[in-house]
Amino acid sequence: MEIARNDKIVTAREIGVVGCQRCTKVWPLGTKRCTRCGAQIVSRDHKALQRVWAWWIVGLICYIPANLYPMLQTRTLVSVQQDTIIGGVITLINHGSFGIALVIFLASVMIPVGKFLAIAFLALAAQRGTTSPSKQRMGLYEIVEYIGRWSMIDVFVVAILSSLVQLNALAAVNPGPAALFFGLSVIFTMLSAQSFDARLIWDAERS
Amino acid sequence: MSTTPHLKDLIVCPNCDAIYHVAEPNFGERAVCQRCHTVLIAPRKRAGAQIICVALAVFILVLAAAVTPFLSIEAGGARNSVSVLDAALIFSGGPLILVSLGTVAMILFIPLLRVMLVIYVLLPVVADRPPAKNAAWAFSLSEALRPWSMAEIFAIGCAVALIKVADLAQIAFGPAFWMFCILTVLVVVQDSFLCRWSVWKSLETTK
Ligand SMILES: [Zn+2]
Ligand SMILES: [Zn+2]
Repeated sequence: MEIARNDKIVTAREIGVVGCQRCTKVWPLGTKRCTRCGAQIVSRDHKALQRVWAWWIVGLICYIPANLYPMLQTRTLVSVQQDTIIGGVITLINHGSFGIALVIFLASVMIPVGKFLAIAFLALAAQRGTTSPSKQRMGLYEIVEYIGRWSMIDVFVVAILSSLVQLNALAAVNPGPAALFFGLSVIFTMLSAQSFDARLIWDAERS
Repeated sequence: MSTTPHLKDLIVCPNCDAIYHVAEPNFGERAVCQRCHTVLIAPRKRAGAQIICVALAVFILVLAAAVTPFLSIEAGGARNSVSVLDAALIFSGGPLILVSLGTVAMILFIPLLRVMLVIYVLLPVVADRPPAKNAAWAFSLSEALRPWSMAEIFAIGCAVALIKVADLAQIAFGPAFWMFCILTVLVVVQDSFLCRWSVWKSLETTK
């Protein structure tokens, strides 16, 4: 595709127009709503950063009980065991299932923590300006958007196990309160990432 | 700057605000933002009809996968097999019911709803009829729900659950697991066929 003006990349704001972020249609600056798709139009959504932080904080608050309460309660003939997220990973390692331990550790610890840090970094960089290249920050944002949903895997595993392992006296698995808090934390961080206005990534480097 | 081009001939990258002249690529080619590499336009020959076919297949698969067992377990003579509906309804009682509602929503209702919205939007377009009533709203909703449709994550969750209790009991995949695997592929195919820019344009021209 051809660039608006020769080789130099020109932004919509520089030539006094604004693009719809939902359907990419171009409108004169100051248009409030895109009549093609109905989306609200803002040249730069600085209020978006407040929403990013609001969801980020709620997500972080939910992530704390998600780690303190048990995720799963496993009852067998010989024992009753309550596992938190980390406890579950350690149990798996003790049983020698290193692969699954790694999957759960990635999905439930590494990805959520990494996501909190990444969103905070992107938001701070947009607020204060930064020297880190826009391309790298855009890559980080895409990874956050793509990978964040996969944290939900642990909640699904809990749902699957607690419906499947109901073998009367022999063994039973029941969900713990952490499943709810963890699920909420994933949802809130997804909303936080979605609230972010990716165009701010590119402005931050220029100024 | 004196010859400001017509706004309708321009397209703005929603992720970085770079503005371009629309130069519609040939079928099978993609127009990519030169600044942030977001795919802006990616038309396909008869994409509409193909997407509708895939959507119908997804619809049937999700319904079938909801009621057939995806995992079965056997230990010491006790046997249990569960469907997605069983798994989702396990968190009954207390605040954990939110987890079951969320699980059902993300692996059944949202995929089903998205499929229906896409068919609703694309059928008139494919048949060269004026857009359906509120088609813009329907397509916006379908796009907004995209990250919340998590059937593929559930499929991986089944595999993790299987290995997690492998030493506790004998576990086997049921038919619904394989349906979820096919579903995962179909959803990816559907998303790669869908050129959002083309859909928005077709919803606009006949207004
Ligand atoms: Zn629009
Ligand atoms: Zn771009």
